[in-house]
Order: sequence, then structure tokens, then C-alpha cells
Amino acid sequence: MTIGLEHYLAVAAILFTLGILGIFLNRKNVIVILMCVELMLLAVNINLVAFSIFQGNVVGQVFAMLVLTVAAAEAAIGLAILVVYFRNRGTIAVEDINAMKG
Amino acid sequence: MLLQALAFYVFAAVTVASAAMVVVSRNPVYSVLFLILAFFNAAALFVLIGAEFIAMILVIVYVGAVAVLFLFVVMMLDINLAELREGFLKYLPVGALIGAVLLFEIFIGLGVVGSGSSTMTALDKAGAQVLAVDNTRAIGRVLYTQYFYLFQVAGIVLLVAMIGAIVLTLRTRPGVRRQKVGEQLYRPKGDAVSVVKVPTRGGV
Repeated sequence: MTIGLEHYLAVAAILFTLGILGIFLNRKNVIVILMCVELMLLAVNINLVAFSIFQGNVVGQVFAMLVLTVAAAEAAIGLAILVVYFRNRGTIAVEDINAMKG
Repeated sequence: MLLQALAFYVFAAVTVASAAMVVVSRNPVYSVLFLILAFFNAAALFVLIGAEFIAMILVIVYVGAVAVLFLFVVMMLDINLAELREGFLKYLPVGALIGAVLLFEIFIGLGVVGSGSSTMTALDKAGAQVLAVDNTRAIGRVLYTQYFYLFQVAGIVLLVAMIGAIVLTLRTRPGVRRQKVGEQLYRPKGDAVSVVKVPTRGGV
């Protein structure tokens, strides 16, 4: 009954799939889509850290930190764009965003 | 060992369940709160596996910063909840199909990895000794020497994100009266003070 690499990879796989499912299901709500992207990045982090620990190489955790940095930057920029869009249009429905198309 | 397995299953189950609740929750505020729960339990999984530093960074960065940012934005925007849920049932069959196929494929991939797991466990023993130093110290030794430029680039990414967020959301509203300290200080004496000769019993 020992917890191995496969268990962590399975959890990460389920999390990643849930993230993709959430992007498909919440087509109208940009906030939930951003949260689903965060979930997928968390799954990637779990994969990186699990491989790092079970291979005995600490570099994976360094990469996990970089993924974390990029995730934080992405959340900040995405939410800023969302706020500006809401100020201009009064809605956050994804389907109306193609108004920017030239 | 049994306790560790039990803890793993509890944390993994709560992580997956709260991730599912993020997706299906009706209210975005509940979604954010379930996201926080998922991150906490993922951090617990990291602690369980021995990656304490990443776990603490996850709690600090995600729960302390990103989730609170999401919460701020969800509460700041006045959104119509019913309107946002419209396409949910329409996209459910397609989304479920794609999710099932993706999960199936990933687990096939995991089966390939699992067939070679004997080498993994051999590496596991060696890795435990490498990491026996101290998780934080081991990361620091690599991060500040070999990956120093990458570390700097991460800082630049954060700086660019910060500047971008500020530039995007900054707005100058016309008609707002502000205190202009420079103009106040450099006002010449002639504009501010004038000597008036008041006649006796005449008033101003």
C-alpha cells in the first residue's frame, strides 16, 4: 500500500481533465475559464513535483516554481483585461469578445 | 505507511472533488472558494511527498495572492449569474466526451509509465538520499547557481505582468478634482495675497 509516482500522476491527470472540461462547459464565464486554466497549471505542477521527487532531481521543483510565476502573471493580466472589458461592455460573456475582430 | 496512503487518498479525493465543484458550481464566488480548497489540498499532497517548499509557495502565492485576486474581481464585477450558465447543459455532452477521451488517453500513457515503474522505485531510493539535505536548501542550491538567469527572467515576467495590469486598469477620469501640490507651492505671492485699502467705517 505504498504511494508511488503513478498515484500522483493519476491525480494530476484527473485535475487536468477537469480543467479542460470546465473550459468546455463554462463557455460564457471568463472568470471560471481562468480558474480552470489555474487548475490545469496546478496539474502540471503536481506532475513536475512528483517526477522531481521520485527521480531524486530537484530541478523539477525549480521548474514548478517558474510555472507558478507564470501562472500568477497570467492571472493578473487576464483579470486586468477582464476588468477593462467589463468596464467597456458591461458584460463578460466570451461570445461578445469577437467585437474586437477587425 | 498505511497512514501515509490514507492521507494521500483523503487529500487527493478532496482535491479532485473541489476541482469538480469549481467547474460545476453555480456561483463564481463558490468556485473561487473551492479553488482555494483545491490548492490547499494540493499543497498537502506536496508536503506528503516531501516537497515542503513548493507546498508553502503554493499556499502563499495561490491562496494568498491569486485566489484573493479572483475573489476581488468576482465581487467587483456586477455580473448576471443566470445568463452565464446558459450554455452549460448544451456543451455538457461534447465536453464530457472530450474529457473522457482525454482522461482515457492520459491513463494509457500512465500505463506505459507504470510498466517501467521498477526503475522508478530504484531511482526513488537514490533520490531520497539526494533530497535528504533539506528540500528548501536543495532548491536554493540549484536555483541561485545553475538557474540564476531563469530566476531573473521570472522576476522580469512578474514585473511586466505588474506593469501591464496597472497600465490596463488605470483610467484618468475627467472632472475629478485633485490636489496639485506643485502648483500650490509655486503659486506667486501676487495671486494669493492682495493688499486692500479699506476706508474707515466703509467696509470692504
